[in-house]
Amino acid sequence: MPVITYREAVRHALAEEMERDINVVLMGEEVGQFHGAYKVSEGLLAKFGPKRVIDTPISEAGFIGLGIGASMLGIRPVMELMFFSFYSVAFDQIFNNAANMRYMSGGLINVPIVIRGPANGGTNVGATHSHTPESIAAYHPGIKVVVPSTPADAKGLLKSAIRDNDPVLFMENTMLYGESGEVPEGDVLIPLGSAKVIREGTGLSIIGHGRAIQMAVKAAALLKEKHNVDAEVVDLRSIRPLDEETVLKSVRKTNRVLLVEEAKPFCSVSAMLACIIQEKAFDHLDAPIKRLTSIDAPAIYSPPLEKVQLPNVDRIYAAALEVLK
Amino acid sequence: MAQIIDMPKLSDTMTVGTLTKWLKKEGDAVKAGDMLAEVETDKATMELESFFDGTLIKIFSPAGSQVPIGAALCAIGKPGEAVEAPAAPAPKAAAPAVPAPAPAPVPSAPLPTPVVTASPEAKPQHEPRHSTQSEGGPAPTAPQSPGERLRISPLAKKLAAEHKLDPARLTGSGPHGRIVKADVLAAAANPALLKSPAAGGAAPSPRAAGGVDILPWSTGPVQEERMVTASNMRATIARRLLEAKTQIPHFYLEVEVDAEPLLALRAQLNSGLEAQGVKLSVNDFILKASAQALRRVPGVNASWTGTGIQYHGAAHVSFAVAIDDGLITPVIRDTHLKSVFAISTEAKSLGKRAKEKKLAPNEFTGGTFCVSNLGMMGIPKFSAIINPPNAAILAVGTTVTKPVVKNGQIVVGQTMTLTLSCDHRVVDGALGAQYLAALKDLLEKPALLLV
Repeated sequence: MPVITYREAVRHALAEEMERDINVVLMGEEVGQFHGAYKVSEGLLAKFGPKRVIDTPISEAGFIGLGIGASMLGIRPVMELMFFSFYSVAFDQIFNNAANMRYMSGGLINVPIVIRGPANGGTNVGATHSHTPESIAAYHPGIKVVVPSTPADAKGLLKSAIRDNDPVLFMENTMLYGESGEVPEGDVLIPLGSAKVIREGTGLSIIGHGRAIQMAVKAAALLKEKHNVDAEVVDLRSIRPLDEETVLKSVRKTNRVLLVEEAKPFCSVSAMLACIIQEKAFDHLDAPIKRLTSIDAPAIYSPPLEKVQLPNVDRIYAAALEVLK
Repeated sequence: MAQIIDMPKLSDTMTVGTLTKWLKKEGDAVKAGDMLAEVETDKATMELESFFDGTLIKIFSPAGSQVPIGAALCAIGKPGEAVEAPAAPAPKAAAPAVPAPAPAPVPSAPLPTPVVTASPEAKPQHEPRHSTQSEGGPAPTAPQSPGERLRISPLAKKLAAEHKLDPARLTGSGPHGRIVKADVLAAAANPALLKSPAAGGAAPSPRAAGGVDILPWSTGPVQEERMVTASNMRATIARRLLEAKTQIPHFYLEVEVDAEPLLALRAQLNSGLEAQGVKLSVNDFILKASAQALRRVPGVNASWTGTGIQYHGAAHVSFAVAIDDGLITPVIRDTHLKSVFAISTEAKSLGKRAKEKKLAPNEFTGGTFCVSNLGMMGIPKFSAIINPPNAAILAVGTTVTKPVVKNGQIVVGQTMTLTLSCDHRVVDGALGAQYLAALKDLLEKPALLLV
């Protein structure tokens, strides 16, 4: 099986979907002539031409709104946000228009748009550029939210997102773009709403998404080495729709839960998950559910402090030991 | 506020008490320690003691009335205080005789000896602990040391109920003394870890002179007093064996077999077949020998029909397998045609599936002869009950090392006692004896089983 980077996986998904369906277009800042702010869309302008790969001005409210309108008329736009943090400039378009259009039109109009881009901190870009808004997006009925953590998941889920007839917010990570992994060739789709057990275990369930769950795999190795505990690691992959059953199945198996994510703790995805778990698997819990998130403060600018603010392998390992007490 | 005195539970089996006589009347002054009334239970008549000072302001249950446990008897308070008769008590749960469809905690404290007390231990039984478990009704548990809430994880609570352990007797190893799954499982495996029943009003745990506690499990009940409705298997065993014992005229013949040749042959075969992962058991040989003996004495391979005897052409030998909750007899069809090896394989497979309760009906019916082996349980000799419509059943005991006489000398031998139970309508003494002689011959010359 070919080994490619996350960046390449996203690019391949875009290229394959654009080949398959003439209505799929890519729009965003620097996606065309500059080959993408992170080189995700390298070569796509040359391959598909300026009617399919479109450079936009720096006006998220404008071009996201444009994409939403176009999607209502039959185009299937993939809109790139250079930093997902910029979603907030287009908040009204996304969460009032895209989210509600199907409902408000009585099902007559749908919005098959994908809004994708890197949603992460850890790159010393400060409080206004480091947002991970998956819980904010997931809050809104009508919006789907996907956070892949591996190249294979990125490709399979982006294909599904593009083919999905509803707005999908597809959150990548600049720190994962360079990571490599096995990605099956060809038209392999991963359905939205499907979580994956990426490490099987019995002593503890570590559940989360994004880059943090990949760190959890390393923390699980430490737990095995130092304490002979086999942690099970579950990558949600999809926030809305959420694969509750895979989560609950893991909890029933291990009876102890650590939730990890890069987002901040208040009202985040892990808060919602903890609620679901205690509601639906109460009798299976041998310890309170613990969460390991970013420290609750605006994204820190100082590089050494930023490292500590975000989840890291040591913090996850220490939190796991707490749950195991 | 007036104190309401309820009918206390004065014995394990008591459900109602008869208030035979009031010793005080309305308006009388009452001191703690005074006797209020005489109460007759299923066991004895006792006196009801007051724990409160005050005036007996109201009697709710007149003399002669039969009062369920928990119902109000009277009220003690200030003269002239208004008091209403409380409503009938909520249905009681966890009286030991109630069958438990869902797991319920065992009442933790042994109930008080007949010292009559309208006492604190009666109280907890009236205040159901609000269980967060969805199954079962309110279940009384003894209160913890006053004011302290039991810390126990939801999972551990569920497991404790499943194992019928009182959480109050568990020691918690989690943070803040929380009882967790590991604590429940450890106590279930080793009852020595259980603490003595909570002190609140239980019969005091007996102490030997010198203040040493007698270990808790030797003072508690042997088991939970309970009525368990017979499962289908249990009911079937009951029905068939009663039928066998009452309708089949049993007689019993015994023979002692020299097991040395059989054990030697078995060892030889097993060592040769070890590489193929084959392990033959003594029972496999006995099954084969039983079938071969039926070839020599086929009169035993028969059934009484009511008007005559049905002689069976095939020997389908069944064997008894103990399983959870009972036993079952899987059948090896055409045992007379199968080799020891084939019988061994089939017996293992049937035995395993029998334990998993996965046998199909045609796998445990249709036998013509049965072998029951308690050798592995250390029983040297026993008699089994015939499985209708068989005419006989062979009971196999354990191999015993003991002195025997061989060639006029006393030597160490290995003997096995076989007992044949026979249906006298089909098998007479002589026929039974012939069968056992044939079986003994085959087992003592076991190479015959291999040809």
